[in-house]
Amino acid sequence: MTETFILSRRTFGAGLAAAAVSGLARPALAQGAPLKIGLMLPFSGTFASLGENIAGAFELHLAEIGNRMGGRAVQIVRLDDESDPSKAVQNANRLVGRDRVDALVGTVHSGVVMALVQISRERGVPLIIPNAGNVAATRELCAPTIFRTSFTNWQPAYGIGRALAQQGIKKAAWVSWDYAAGQEAGAGFRDGLKSGGAELVKVLTLPFPETNFQPLLAQIPGLGVEAVGSFFAGGGAVQFVRDYASAGFRDRIPLVGSGFLTEGTLGAQGSAADGIKTGLHYGDGLDNPKNKAFRAAFRDKMKREADVYAVQGYDAAQLLAVGLGATRGDASAEKELVVAMEKARIDSPRGSFTFSPSHNPVQNIYLREARGGENRVIGVAAENLADPGTGCKMA
Amino acid sequence: MASLAAQLLNGVQYGLLLFLIASGLTLIFGVMGVINLAHGSLFMIGAYVAYIVARESGSLWLALPAAVLGGVALGAALERWLFRRFYDRPHLDQVLLTFALILLFEEGRSILLGNDFHSVPVPPVLDASVPMVGGFAYSAYRLAVLTVCLAVAGAMFWSIERTRLGSAIRAAAEKPEMVDLLGLDARTIHLLVFAVGTALAMLAGALSAPLQSVYPNMGNSFLIISFVVVVVGGVGSIAGAFWGALLIGVVDTLAKAYLPHGAGLAVYLLMAGVLLWRPTGLFARA
Repeated sequence: MTETFILSRRTFGAGLAAAAVSGLARPALAQGAPLKIGLMLPFSGTFASLGENIAGAFELHLAEIGNRMGGRAVQIVRLDDESDPSKAVQNANRLVGRDRVDALVGTVHSGVVMALVQISRERGVPLIIPNAGNVAATRELCAPTIFRTSFTNWQPAYGIGRALAQQGIKKAAWVSWDYAAGQEAGAGFRDGLKSGGAELVKVLTLPFPETNFQPLLAQIPGLGVEAVGSFFAGGGAVQFVRDYASAGFRDRIPLVGSGFLTEGTLGAQGSAADGIKTGLHYGDGLDNPKNKAFRAAFRDKMKREADVYAVQGYDAAQLLAVGLGATRGDASAEKELVVAMEKARIDSPRGSFTFSPSHNPVQNIYLREARGGENRVIGVAAENLADPGTGCKMA
Repeated sequence: MASLAAQLLNGVQYGLLLFLIASGLTLIFGVMGVINLAHGSLFMIGAYVAYIVARESGSLWLALPAAVLGGVALGAALERWLFRRFYDRPHLDQVLLTFALILLFEEGRSILLGNDFHSVPVPPVLDASVPMVGGFAYSAYRLAVLTVCLAVAGAMFWSIERTRLGSAIRAAAEKPEMVDLLGLDARTIHLLVFAVGTALAMLAGALSAPLQSVYPNMGNSFLIISFVVVVVGGVGSIAGAFWGALLIGVVDTLAKAYLPHGAGLAVYLLMAGVLLWRPTGLFARA
């Protein structure tokens, strides 16, 4: 049914024709060869579970629509990028050159995604980024064929900064690693605070991936700030949240963060994370039918709970299906494909979203509170938030 | 001022942890003349031992003796079957050996335990904060680590300066031929020094597991900074390692707090300055 609906979006007549003869018409539409989609994701290493969830949810949606996009059978080509930037160009070339994929989906690591951005710009292969949040991919390096179903590092931090300002906080500090993602999130936090009339008075950084936070924490009581925002992920996030709690001023100067501070790390953070508020485009307990159905289906297929990464992978499949539906499975019909994807409204488990002119989701950033091992959604920090897309010039 | 006091405490605590690592490094180099690049990997192994023991037994208290005993056994085995064959060979061979050990240890860790970050919980008794001046609190576990490091340092000073064995080790470090002349068994001393050095590195790893998580290649940054400590303090000198570690720990912490962009450089500038002033390090006996 989805297939028929998508076709009818293009021209009503074609839709009717396809609907009328859908069973018979398929072999003709399939154009012989299957449509190849390359999933370049980390299937080993630190980010392996993220890659597995993205790929699993992508395939979940593909199965829901009968393993076909735009009428053509889909063949998935998985490639483990190991989150290794030094192998990124080679891996991307392998998918496009040797495997001749029609579309690319990838990846988690911000350094590795640059190789995919490059090849999509050069060869016009459609690329959907299901995680990596580096702003460049949808700012200065944006291109018609590049879309993102995740977030920019700027977005969640903007949301939490705005939420703080709206609670009446006037002065805040920012702590993160001194690397691109940390700086981009820091800029979002600053802009979010400013949007509500608050001020970022101090930025504290340490080199990535050091975890000796003590010299930074000891400065915080002397800054005269009412809250501290931060961007850390993985082991660093676990350590920072625990060190912040043991530094003893958590009750006076609350710690907040971009959602990754408490994403997938709550078990290890334990009670040190209780009450921490974060901003992210997804969270626990989002009460919409799509989310419930998605989580049940994902649990069925993968035997574990869905997370934000799974949602991003699922939506990558939804978006690609819209684009390929409009071109009847022809990934090389760039113009039609891009126009259809730009206009798409994705019915996501996170709530429905559209795309900004620079092809980044215009989405709600939820305010979440960590408690009892969950990041429970307690409100909306920034409604329909678009990345500013500064410096993006679509060719 | 309150902030400065807190930073000094941080610096001392970091420095004392560095001392545990650097003291083994400096003894092994002083006595055997081997530059052990794998010393950072031993630190990493100690942290993983703490992670595994704490996960299986639920207690870090068991992990500390496990790391120490494991370190003695591992160090003795390495000395007995590997390093002993390399004392008379050129430094390049020794460096290749220890570099190969880094690769083996890291790859072994990757195969057995994967590449994930792991966190090790602080023991419940010490999972508290001790209020300090200026609204800053210090984790009880950090204070405990500080105490343990001081106790180990005291024990080392005592055994090196006051016992027969210690004087034999000092003799071995300063005038190797004296050991033979005195009729002491150099091989036993080598085995002992290597075992103790390894145990100290692994103890340092186990102690820092709850402080900074457990992750691949975690020993690398400690190895480099420990070499700086050894060079600043003077090769082969325990007192040099102690004061060098405190100096580096405090300077690094203060630089991180007050000159964040120059922090990476500060300790190396300090090392260059010390070398210009005293080329053999602060505590080397001329």
